[in-house]
Amino acid sequence: MGKWTRRAFLSAGVLAGGGILVGVALRPGNRNDALAPFVEGDGQKLVHAYIKIDQDNVVTAIIPHSEMGQGVHTALAQMLADELDADWNLVRVEEAPAIGDYSLYSVGRGFLLQGIDFPDIVIPTIEGVMMMLSDSLDLQVTGGSMSVRVTGTYGMRVAGAATRDMLKRAAAKAWGVSEKEITTEKSMLIHTATSRRAPYAEFAAAAAEMTPSYTPKLKEIKDYKLMGQHKPRFDIPAKVDGSAKFALDVRVPGMVYATVKRAPVFGGTVKSLDDRAARAIEGVLDVVTLPVTSADMMIGGFTAGEVVAVVAEGYWAAQRGLRALDIQWDNKGNGAVSSADIAAQHQRDIEAGADRKSDRSTGNIEDAFANADTILDADYTIPYLAHTCMEPLNATADYRDGQCEIWVGCQNPLGFRRAVADVLGLNEEQVTFHNLLMGGGFGRKSRPDWAMQAALLSKAVGKPVQLIWSREEDVRQDFYRPASRSVFRAGLSQDGELLGWQNTYVNKQEPAEAPLIPYAVEAQDIGYVQSPSHVPWGAWRSVDESMHGFFTESFIDECAVAAGKDPYEYRANMLKAHPRHLAVLNRAAEEAGWSAPLGLGRGRGIALKESFGSIVAQVAEISIMNEQVVIDRMVAVIDPGFAVAPDGVVAQIESGIIYGLTAAIYGEITIEDGAVQQSNFHDYPALRMTASPVIETHIINSGYAPGGAGEPGTPPAASALANAIYAATGKRLRDLPLNKHIAFAEGGRA
Amino acid sequence: MTKKLRVNGVEHTVDVDPSTPLLWVLREQLELTGTKFGCGIAQCGACTVMIEGVAVRSCIMPVANLEGRDITTIEGLAGNTQTPHPLQQAWIDHQVPQCGYCQSGQLMSAAALLKRNPQPTDADINNAMEGNICRCGMYDRIREAIKTAAEAMPETTPEQEIAKEADNG
Repeated sequence: MGKWTRRAFLSAGVLAGGGILVGVALRPGNRNDALAPFVEGDGQKLVHAYIKIDQDNVVTAIIPHSEMGQGVHTALAQMLADELDADWNLVRVEEAPAIGDYSLYSVGRGFLLQGIDFPDIVIPTIEGVMMMLSDSLDLQVTGGSMSVRVTGTYGMRVAGAATRDMLKRAAAKAWGVSEKEITTEKSMLIHTATSRRAPYAEFAAAAAEMTPSYTPKLKEIKDYKLMGQHKPRFDIPAKVDGSAKFALDVRVPGMVYATVKRAPVFGGTVKSLDDRAARAIEGVLDVVTLPVTSADMMIGGFTAGEVVAVVAEGYWAAQRGLRALDIQWDNKGNGAVSSADIAAQHQRDIEAGADRKSDRSTGNIEDAFANADTILDADYTIPYLAHTCMEPLNATADYRDGQCEIWVGCQNPLGFRRAVADVLGLNEEQVTFHNLLMGGGFGRKSRPDWAMQAALLSKAVGKPVQLIWSREEDVRQDFYRPASRSVFRAGLSQDGELLGWQNTYVNKQEPAEAPLIPYAVEAQDIGYVQSPSHVPWGAWRSVDESMHGFFTESFIDECAVAAGKDPYEYRANMLKAHPRHLAVLNRAAEEAGWSAPLGLGRGRGIALKESFGSIVAQVAEISIMNEQVVIDRMVAVIDPGFAVAPDGVVAQIESGIIYGLTAAIYGEITIEDGAVQQSNFHDYPALRMTASPVIETHIINSGYAPGGAGEPGTPPAASALANAIYAATGKRLRDLPLNKHIAFAEGGRA
Repeated sequence: MTKKLRVNGVEHTVDVDPSTPLLWVLREQLELTGTKFGCGIAQCGACTVMIEGVAVRSCIMPVANLEGRDITTIEGLAGNTQTPHPLQQAWIDHQVPQCGYCQSGQLMSAAALLKRNPQPTDADINNAMEGNICRCGMYDRIREAIKTAAEAMPETTPEQEIAKEADNG
């Protein structure tokens, strides 16, 4: 076995032109025991990041995450630059290319295969690391709200601090002074006693020859200069003048356009195809049938039915061609399935309870119910949801001579590259992958199905092809947030104390803790049964947290009402063991003016949900006007540990709330005859400006480990609103979308 | 069939099927990719441009009828000046865009509003922006940015006075 080289953790190299390149490959979170984080089993601590310093003293942070508007490039650069003591005016960002060097997995594998002298006792742990790597970090994933909390904390900050240390060492040597006497400020090295100052660039090359520390001293919060400050986002100026390049804006010489229709009944195939009318349309070049495809990936794997594509000189001709096709589909036995069937199946499977798996089991639930004064039962249901990213799915592929170049905006560039290579029968090195800005992602753009279609089409027609899905295809061929049912039983004592909490739901994805409640209830029995249908599921902003945020935070509200208690105080009384949660809840109540009475026909609802390491409480305040709901305002409080980019956190909460409210009010994908019935924004609406509430967001910097921001705003939104509707009307809504049960004012507030 | 189109003050001759929506001509023939495709049925507003100063959904507007009309896209919003349009500056100041995909259309709808109504109320803004969806949900910021831009805009032009009188009349 070889040595455990530090190179496995940090490597530095000199760039052509004298710059420095520092990469943090893997970094243990506990510097006293390098193996501790592996033993703790947190695969998300394995990170990878790079810094460049060039001759003009410009620091470039190379970010291994995709920018989808969450501001991650700016926030991560702030973390790196702060530890580096860089001059913010000289900081730039680049997105890491989709090559193996930026693969978390391959770095981890390379690190392990190097051979390390580990004691036998930790060998199983090391195998666990490999599993964690492949399981949780299938390459370059942007999702799970983990960019700042993982890459930033364990990658960018470490890289910045280690680089600063090396620069100081290099200057100390050249100046013949002690490293301890050198200070840094705004990308300058300073030795006060001898009045010497030099830009980082001067010592970058010398520093690059050194071995970096993988456990540099990181700043304490009181010493932060950039973290916690509002810095305008790097990506915004190009987004106001039309110059920002999204995947749809890629132009490749000689490219043609394509659009597709996949079997409307999921998993279906083409029985017969008459394409004569389509081929007769001017501009139509070809009609291509693509086979059933699948991708075998830890994150983003799928199997999907056959596809008919029309390739044309322009999108309009392709679209006209598609509409002119006469296709008969083989529905593979799923042609009669409806949403009602699926809902009935969920109910049956919950009642049967076969293979029920437990999420949490504490105390004795039977005793709790036997001792209860009141038993409360409730069934909650939610429909399938589509993502409807603003930018319809599209990809541009150029396959020639056994090589493929592809341009996509996606949440997992390396995973996509592999899927494209596999479907073309190439190896990964034969695929050059360009990741562009994404017009929304929300989880949909972690599935590579459409990129694979573009690659196959380019190969089929021998030209570069830009594939553009219609909005109709986007709505009908999504990987949906699963429809679900969640059945509750609670037992309350005579004075309203919650003695037992029982919950069984269908369809579990992740994160595992999503259905758990933070409240002090001695007897808890929470579990699930899987009840799959032919409708494909996928991650949808906050994944299971959004559905359980609605279920659990609505039902706890019902418990409060049954107990005759104020819903806020009822929750607060059960949070003594969770001071962070309590502080967030209290602050939300305070900011919302919870105790101030509202007039007739108005109401407030509160909800609390921890997700992705952050705790969020929301208060919805509504009015009923002309028997219609108007959402007047939403007050949100988030404890993300520490908000690196405060305005970015606020923006994400605003965004998460609107996304959650849109789904709560309108969101419903229904299945009839095996296929999705909705098709576009007219029948799958989004919240618009008039009906959108004012949102007030407050941040608590508790100083705990950093949490995510992109997703945690979504989970409490639906329940805060439904609880407010109960408060205003006495109507308890347990089924989404809400507009099936109560009217919403399209006009919103005046 | 060839058509003459005047976009951002520049004359172009394009050869396309006359039923082709303006959106695709802008994007494919003229390579003005700032105007976005979102729904294809005038439901989302991502494709909004101005025709004679009025916000129009270019995804359903066939090029057949557009000869001789002044078409302005996001690329032409600032005109020939090097400085951003007040709306663009306000968008930066309020850090409006997230993914940014809908923002060309949002800006063009807002620009058409301010042309017609330089001092809009909240209700005016809501009405004018109702056709533009933002899936990142930045409606509050868009509304505030429009107000900031309105304050920063120069005094009303004669053209606006006429438009206003027409509105009132």
